[in-house]
Amino acid sequence: MSDETNKGLLSPLRRKLLMGMAAVPAITMLPRTSFAQAPATSAVNTTGLAVTDTEVTVGILHSATGTMAISETGSIEAEKLAIEQINAAGGVLGRKIKFIQEDGASDWPTFAEKAKKLLVNDKVAAIMGCWTSASRKAVLPVVEQYNGMLYYPTFYEGLEQSKNVIYTGQEATQQILAGLNWIAKEKGAKTFFFIGSDYIWPRTSNKIARKHVENVLKGKVVGEEYYPLGNTQFNSVINKIKLTKPDVIFTDVVGGSNVAFYKQLKAAGIDLAKQALLTISVTEDEIDGIGGENIAGAYACMKYFQSLDNPNNKAFVPAFKKMWGEKTVIGDVTQAAYLGPWLWKLTVEKAGSFDVDKIAAASPGVEFKGAPEGYVRIHENHHLWSKTRVGRAKLDGQFELIYETADLVEPDPFPKGYQ
Amino acid sequence: MFGDYSLGDLGSIFVMQGFAGLILFSVYVLMALGLAIIFGQMGVINMAHGEFMILGAYVTWMTSNLFQTYMPGLFGGYFFLAMILAFLASGALGMLVEWVLIRHLYKRPLDTLLATWGLSLMLQQAYRSVFGAREVGVELPQWMLGSLQVTSSIEVPINGVFVMCLTVLITIAVAYVMYKSRWGRQVRAVVQNRIMAGAVGINTEKVDRYTFGLGCGIAGVAGSAFTMIGSTGPTSGQLYIVDTFLVVVFGGAASLVGTIASAFSISQTQSTLEFFMSGSMAKVLTLLAVVGILMLRPQGLFALKVRK
Repeated sequence: MSDETNKGLLSPLRRKLLMGMAAVPAITMLPRTSFAQAPATSAVNTTGLAVTDTEVTVGILHSATGTMAISETGSIEAEKLAIEQINAAGGVLGRKIKFIQEDGASDWPTFAEKAKKLLVNDKVAAIMGCWTSASRKAVLPVVEQYNGMLYYPTFYEGLEQSKNVIYTGQEATQQILAGLNWIAKEKGAKTFFFIGSDYIWPRTSNKIARKHVENVLKGKVVGEEYYPLGNTQFNSVINKIKLTKPDVIFTDVVGGSNVAFYKQLKAAGIDLAKQALLTISVTEDEIDGIGGENIAGAYACMKYFQSLDNPNNKAFVPAFKKMWGEKTVIGDVTQAAYLGPWLWKLTVEKAGSFDVDKIAAASPGVEFKGAPEGYVRIHENHHLWSKTRVGRAKLDGQFELIYETADLVEPDPFPKGYQ
Repeated sequence: MFGDYSLGDLGSIFVMQGFAGLILFSVYVLMALGLAIIFGQMGVINMAHGEFMILGAYVTWMTSNLFQTYMPGLFGGYFFLAMILAFLASGALGMLVEWVLIRHLYKRPLDTLLATWGLSLMLQQAYRSVFGAREVGVELPQWMLGSLQVTSSIEVPINGVFVMCLTVLITIAVAYVMYKSRWGRQVRAVVQNRIMAGAVGINTEKVDRYTFGLGCGIAGVAGSAFTMIGSTGPTSGQLYIVDTFLVVVFGGAASLVGTIASAFSISQTQSTLEFFMSGSMAKVLTLLAVVGILMLRPQGLFALKVRK
């Protein structure tokens, strides 16, 4: 599919590049009769992006191959669905969205290179992409240098803010604090045991969680353990959990390790119906691999569950399944990825322009009322105001909503007192 | 760190921790056995070992789906059939790979590293195309879940016991085949001196193919067993490959006893250290110890004396 889009797009683009800025007035004189209501290209695109009278091109940049394909497939699917729906509803400023999909191949330098290709060669108006923090960190200098716009879907550790990025997932404090408050109140939890994979996101998240437990909840962290990515043996740490008997196990283990951890927890006789476990790294996607019977009873804390009962989500889930198959599940990040194209469309319409600078300036305050998670709004710091929710895993691999914050939680990527 | 706990609690934890070490030991032996045959006996550096394991895991997953759909009554016993199918599937693929690829590289052992690494990438992408990029969940029969309550505070995971029994059985079988059977004698003869073995009438090509197939087949069984404790996805094989090589190299390449001894020492060191410090630190210290010992004894713990 990407090849076709490439071919269709490159030739007019190259021609346009050759003609340079002098050609812009000429383009506006091309027939525009079919899109009479659409504003002139010269008016909405002053920086030479891939915008024609009928089309605008965006990039999708995720790993379709390699380790991360497990997680990123859902994001690609969600973004394609959003683009299709936007086109069906008339496109953006009267222009249909075309996308060029590039494969980051789970390799961070490749992400940077493909981002550069999308921005420099293809002149895409925005990039929907990246998943791991490592890939985002690789792409960030590129989108800043070439002044692109990146819509990043994953919940992440925070400590970042850029004019050129909109973070559609939650940053760490937004995701974690409400969940900890809830479990401390609901379960009277005083002692916590942290287990994470050994890299930046779990370490930063646990640091925030530890400060919150110790300073705000006046509880105690009885253990904090990290295992290398891909570790498959958790029996030792499970024994430590048995010894310390924490009120809550708080986990941010990721990837294949996740599956091993819950299977071994179950095998070791720890019953999640009795032992409270709060995870910030397991979505419906992960449960597919873990198996519902191994994780039923665990609590997850994030902003979206497939089972959410609201009109937007009731339209979104069937549309997603219709496009990608009855068996697919939708996790938190998949939903956040779906927001990307929509937020971009709304921002472009608010700014009345495809220019990146105007979009960046217009982003704060943009509201999306049709979000499957419910109403969201972009904050000054380019993160989203969103609710935090706690769900309990069921045998069938879905979450049952247990708690949600009454109001939208303010994103705070540089939390004071938590660093 | 132990001040607050009663003696009874501590006793139970130490028993369970000892058991955790034994499970880790079994897992290491099981994943290393196939490679010990391929790398140890044939000198082929098989980087695709993990992918052969995952083939076994996918076969198990398919078998489980088949049983659920067509014979739900027999679901409790599907795992045994799945392991046999996993052995056959991985073994068959192994023999095919040997015929297409490996047999041209026996004189260039370092090139097998590159060739099999490429193979592992191809297999990963093939799994991704066939089974999808997402991990699959292998459902286990009810009796294999949960734990055995030994005393009121000591619990032993059933799947751990299962892996241990399986490891013992397969180790005995491999030892018998390699050291007691006529075919094993041929394999060892080929390893020690390929030309002479050929000269006395051993069909070395056939021996090679079956040896490679056996190694891959055992990898398949290991992969099948690991669906109980780990994940099944296109790249899950990568989780095992480093540890597998570590065990085989540390044990001394051509020695079965060495593999077992090395699996035992690595697993016990790791599980003891894991208990007293964080998992990442335990891994670092274990690896440091292994590197240190290998510097003093490059041939590994046990080395077979072979005329070069």
